[in-house]
Amino acid sequence: MKFYLGGVYMTLELFLQHLANGISLGSLYALIAIGYTMVYGILRLINFAHGDIFMMAVYFAFFGVVTFGMPWYVSFIVAIALTGILGMTVEALAYRPIREAPRISILISAIGASYLLENLAIVIFGGRPKTFPQVPIFTDMVQIGNIHIQKLTFMIPAVTIALLIVLMYLINKTKSGMAMRAVSKDFETAKIMGVNVNRTISFTFGVGSLLAAVGGIMWGLKFPSILPLMGVMPGIKCFIAAVIGGIGSVTGAVIGGFILGIGEILLVAFLPELSGYRDAFSFILLILILLFRPTGIMGEKISEKV
Amino acid sequence: MKKLLSLTLVVVMALSLLTGCAQPAPAPSGEPAAPAEEEVIKIGVFEPLTGANAAGGELEMEGIELAHELYPEVLGKKVDLIVVDNKSDKVEAATAAARLVEKEKVVAIIGSWGSSLAMAAGDIVRNAKVPAMGTSCTNPLVTQGNEYYFRVCFIDPFQGVVMSNYAFNGLGAKKAAIVQEVSNDYAVGLAKFFTDNFKKLTGDENSIVAVANYNTGDQDFTAQLTNIKAQNPDVIFAPGNFTESALLIKQARQLGIKTPFIGGDTYETPEFAEIGGDAVEGVVFSTFFATEKPITSESTKFLDAYKAKYPGKEPAAVTALGYDAYLILIKAIEQAGAADSASIHKALLETKDFQGAAGVVSFDENRNAIKSAVIKTIKDGKFTFMDVVEP
Repeated sequence: MKFYLGGVYMTLELFLQHLANGISLGSLYALIAIGYTMVYGILRLINFAHGDIFMMAVYFAFFGVVTFGMPWYVSFIVAIALTGILGMTVEALAYRPIREAPRISILISAIGASYLLENLAIVIFGGRPKTFPQVPIFTDMVQIGNIHIQKLTFMIPAVTIALLIVLMYLINKTKSGMAMRAVSKDFETAKIMGVNVNRTISFTFGVGSLLAAVGGIMWGLKFPSILPLMGVMPGIKCFIAAVIGGIGSVTGAVIGGFILGIGEILLVAFLPELSGYRDAFSFILLILILLFRPTGIMGEKISEKV
Repeated sequence: MKKLLSLTLVVVMALSLLTGCAQPAPAPSGEPAAPAEEEVIKIGVFEPLTGANAAGGELEMEGIELAHELYPEVLGKKVDLIVVDNKSDKVEAATAAARLVEKEKVVAIIGSWGSSLAMAAGDIVRNAKVPAMGTSCTNPLVTQGNEYYFRVCFIDPFQGVVMSNYAFNGLGAKKAAIVQEVSNDYAVGLAKFFTDNFKKLTGDENSIVAVANYNTGDQDFTAQLTNIKAQNPDVIFAPGNFTESALLIKQARQLGIKTPFIGGDTYETPEFAEIGGDAVEGVVFSTFFATEKPITSESTKFLDAYKAKYPGKEPAAVTALGYDAYLILIKAIEQAGAADSASIHKALLETKDFQGAAGVVSFDENRNAIKSAVIKTIKDGKFTFMDVVEP
């Protein structure tokens, strides 16, 4: 099977390599998009600081290994925990005080929190790129025939699916999950029913940030150059992924992530002259989905409550 | 309480935005501002100190500050360095340059690492008639048609020829692939000059078997590389920013591409070797200066001062260029006997055989320095001298 495409004869082998690359990138997007969509699903708030919390997690893990000399697994766990705390702190400082304010105020506050984290990172960590430690059991390559795949490519989807199962269980089967769902429907009523709204929202942010941290560490392992502004593009891409999947839907976020990741790789692979426009591709996709299916692929069909 | 909290938060956020715009410059030497306005000579510096090119900007800052410490005065007046961060961004670079000429009223400007950033400032220095001294911006368009822009480095037509000669003669390559940072004027220009000369050398119009593009800030290059692998070139020329290039070469090796990679002067930053790790071993690139080959007596002075200030570190070529950019302005002020922009500009146009740390500078008709190029490779994680090529 051979056909001429993208300036090269596309063989099955070449196509499979591209597909592997796409799945690898897509699963990473999916992982980060889950956190985005979860916070939105519960709070109806687009947490623009998500990408920056993701960046902080990568730095925490970096300092754990490089500066404090911890073994990678200890460092990663500490980084994930710290990021959870950071997420709750951001919520307590930037969102809780204006809980009663119109949604637009909270949105602006989220953008402010994002800038604050970015600039703090530039001041504290410096503007020069740092090299994320390479952990061979994640970063080694596996060769199948002539196709080279990084071990991470298998691990990220596994981690994503595992987290998805835990999250589904958390949201649908536990008491905290029930509280989260109640809060997502109506703050006031939930409060009357005895749900501690502040604690539930704080918990939601904590979980969302943990997910960002796992995504960030995987990202750092795959793309080992880390910068204070590294969260911006993944943040936007994963927001797009969440919208494509139907913002608020966790499975939708996973689907959206894969569509975006595989789509980007195949665009560059088949239309190399357009490869400078790969970011534009994501934005065009966002516009199209908003025009023709604003609720996304898995979006809720109910209209906004009045 | 809540009000107070949100108010403080708003203030903090507003301040954080400010720090973004006015990155406190790494203070030149911590001295307080001179008493009277007329007694200091203000020289502006605009470099990428944050963002994707930050490492390059900081390396040049090391050189500029070192020269400032060695030559803190001219015509009996103190020289003040006004440093602004152009954030590795074309729009910010124009703003930074405008701030230097309009608010700070500097008499001359040094910078920048990155041709796109220098070009963004081009119109501003021309309209303000403030002479600017480029450090390592090698794209011909930086100075072309802009009589106020000079530079202490060679330009890409020469660098492209040097690297294509190396690919053809040194590596015996007959087929080359190009991966370029398409949003970077430096990379696109250099790739073009490489292509032109490589086609001439091989006598084969189809000797460039693949051209792949990526954007500044991209991190995933697997799609481009997978296509290039299928073309099986003898050499891959990949001009672009150091972070992206290091990730690119790393991913190429991961995909099982064993083809040699060659590139340009941007590779020479510690981050390139660090991020690339084992993957960038043996990568060959052209640059401006090698510590193994001091050229002038100023080179020795620079090397001694650098080693005294940064023990255990080797200066990068661009650090020497930063040093030269400052020094050539000081010499021009000295020669002009006045420190206004017009006199400096005139003196610069007349500059001949300036003895700099990175070689002797005489300007051609487009205000570019004519000097030799150095070829370096990475051996055991260190930049190692290979060859020197005369213009």
